[in-house]
Amino acid sequence: MKPILFDHIDEPGLNTLDVYQRRGGYEMLRQALTMTPEDVLAQIMSSNIRGRGGAGFAMGRKISFLPHGDMVKYLVCNADESEPGTFKDRELMQKIPHALIEGIAIAAYAGGINKSFIYIRGEYQLQADILEAAIAEAANAGLIGERILDSDFTMSLVLHRGAGAYICGEETGLLDSLEGKRGNPRLKPPFPAIEGLYAGPTLINNVETLSTVPYIMRMGGDAYAKIGTETSTGTKLVSISGDVKRPGNYEIELGIPSREIIYGLAGGPHDGHRVKFWFPGGSSSPLLTGDDLDIPYDFDSMAKAGTMLGSGAIIIADERRRILDTMLKVAKFYAHESCGKCVPCREGTNWTHKMVQRIYTGEATPMDLDIMASVQEQIIGNCLCVLGDAMAMPIGSMVAKFRPELEAEIEAARERAEGAASEDVVALGVADEHAGPIPVH
Amino acid sequence: MSYKDHHPADLNDELSERHGQHLDPLGSLSRRVPRFGHGSRVPGWDDAVDLTKDPAVIPDPAITPVPEDLRLEIETAMAKYPDRRSAAIPSLHAAQAVHGWCSPEAIEQVAAVMRLTPAYLTSVASFYDMFELEPKHSNDVFVCTNISCSILGADEFYDAMAAAAEGQDIDVRSFECLGACDIAPMASVNGEYVGPLELADAERIVEDLVADRPVLRDKQLRYRRSVDPNANGDTAGPTDTASEFSEPDHPHRADTAGLTEADEVADRPGPSAPLETPPAIPPQDQSET
Repeated sequence: MKPILFDHIDEPGLNTLDVYQRRGGYEMLRQALTMTPEDVLAQIMSSNIRGRGGAGFAMGRKISFLPHGDMVKYLVCNADESEPGTFKDRELMQKIPHALIEGIAIAAYAGGINKSFIYIRGEYQLQADILEAAIAEAANAGLIGERILDSDFTMSLVLHRGAGAYICGEETGLLDSLEGKRGNPRLKPPFPAIEGLYAGPTLINNVETLSTVPYIMRMGGDAYAKIGTETSTGTKLVSISGDVKRPGNYEIELGIPSREIIYGLAGGPHDGHRVKFWFPGGSSSPLLTGDDLDIPYDFDSMAKAGTMLGSGAIIIADERRRILDTMLKVAKFYAHESCGKCVPCREGTNWTHKMVQRIYTGEATPMDLDIMASVQEQIIGNCLCVLGDAMAMPIGSMVAKFRPELEAEIEAARERAEGAASEDVVALGVADEHAGPIPVH
Repeated sequence: MSYKDHHPADLNDELSERHGQHLDPLGSLSRRVPRFGHGSRVPGWDDAVDLTKDPAVIPDPAITPVPEDLRLEIETAMAKYPDRRSAAIPSLHAAQAVHGWCSPEAIEQVAAVMRLTPAYLTSVASFYDMFELEPKHSNDVFVCTNISCSILGADEFYDAMAAAAEGQDIDVRSFECLGACDIAPMASVNGEYVGPLELADAERIVEDLVADRPVLRDKQLRYRRSVDPNANGDTAGPTDTASEFSEPDHPHRADTAGLTEADEVADRPGPSAPLETPPAIPPQDQSET
């Protein structure tokens, strides 16, 4: 397959305006500015591109929800890539930042937007420096700013660095953070398209989605829609990590079998090992097992399999890995990142973390697995945002799919603890060296 | 105890105490809360703040000294946004860079320039992982210990890193996913992403930091080429980890691959890409690798 976003991605100096323009960069912005915003939007609509950030909402429809009229509207590019396992936007911003800037300008033109922001996570310092340099170059060349390319269209673009909070990848949490507050999600509705940044209508899209826009304009929306499946059009960047031979970002056509990505592109698990379980779309997606490798990799097939494509981050674990260790990492991550605003999420993530720790210390009973599963059910759908759900879904699927293994872990840990207790060395609630350490990091 | 009362000796005690807490098997939950031997909390651990005290107001700019560079940076940040409050995070980043951590003085200076209360800025600073509300060492090593990295041995690397950094001017923290699982297990050393790490790299990181030279140059993410076999036209992608990173001083680095010498002059990344200038390798690195 000929890549779209990743075409010659390592070309020297592609992060500079010169090389990007030599490849036809910013031609599509020039062309878009000669069209009406409605025509540009029609191209994006007909491409049927779905958001690449995780929710998979159609980008064209999102733009069309913006109210018409002369009010100040905002575009916010979500570059707070924090979903465990995801690193695709990092590579795009580092190697081809101008595609993102051009995409933002075109999308802003289609939505009648004059003020744009890129919210990049604070840890991506190299990428932020590169983007900042690219924005300055584009501004100097008159490609963003006042009266772009001598048209009547004006758009400012500001790069905003975050400071390390997963919740700021949630769109309303991101808006609060961009306004200089703690990144607490907001009650929806009103949705950001109606009332978002500074209470103005706001379009929020992922880096990969916006970077694709210039290529959609170049190919034409209809031609782009022919790639992939009917409901999941186009190509997708997939980040593969964990127990595979060649971890990294790959551009794939949506709808190809998952096996082709995991074995064909990433080389599969190391020799002599097999896939035990895998996350198809970041740590927030319910687990799949080694039996599910033939599911087509697209939004709807994944939903049908009871999981989700999410951000396109595949994490592979082979049969040497304990499900319990991954469970602890997932629970701890969400307990750490919960903003604390909604009770089911704040308490649910925290208690789930504690209950997983109890398994390690030998204090858990098999009934704990039922309690844990019911805690997850109480979280889903009961919070302002989906952070709690994002823990509840994978943990729930781990309990459902790996119950025998977890019961064996509980039993083994309890026997170890009892053996140690008879030697009278175990302090209350504290694991001794026989009990196997809890990875505390 | 106010941090203004800190002596340098206290600082070291406190920092080593914080490192030690990572070994606490009950994890973060039991940190900082004094407990009896049987596990329950010592009364008074959650006493409210002094309610009789007057709330801190916006500091008077006339009597709050602010370094000129910092003031300029904060004012530039405020000018970028329709609402000056949006500059809170960039300004705290700037203040932390000047003061080393978000000290009460740092927060007061930001508050004076931004016309916000210190309480507001403290609430923001305490929300985000990258702002430090306690004194810290000047070098940061964030070791990712999330799912992909821990599958490949990040927990062991964290222990090795913490041990190697003992007694040095280096803070080692375990961090949630840093977005570089392709080089797992990885760490961010003063913002520079390096990986895949082996246990022996912990010592090398400390050596490089002490010698004040670029860290693990052969493992820096910025030089890594795409692994997608389709991404670079006819050239097949690298097949093993060793060739994924172009040699730092090799002519076919990620940003000059496939060019003749003549092209290289024209295509050298311009002033907009100062980060990609080819590093010169000090001799001691070559003997090690």
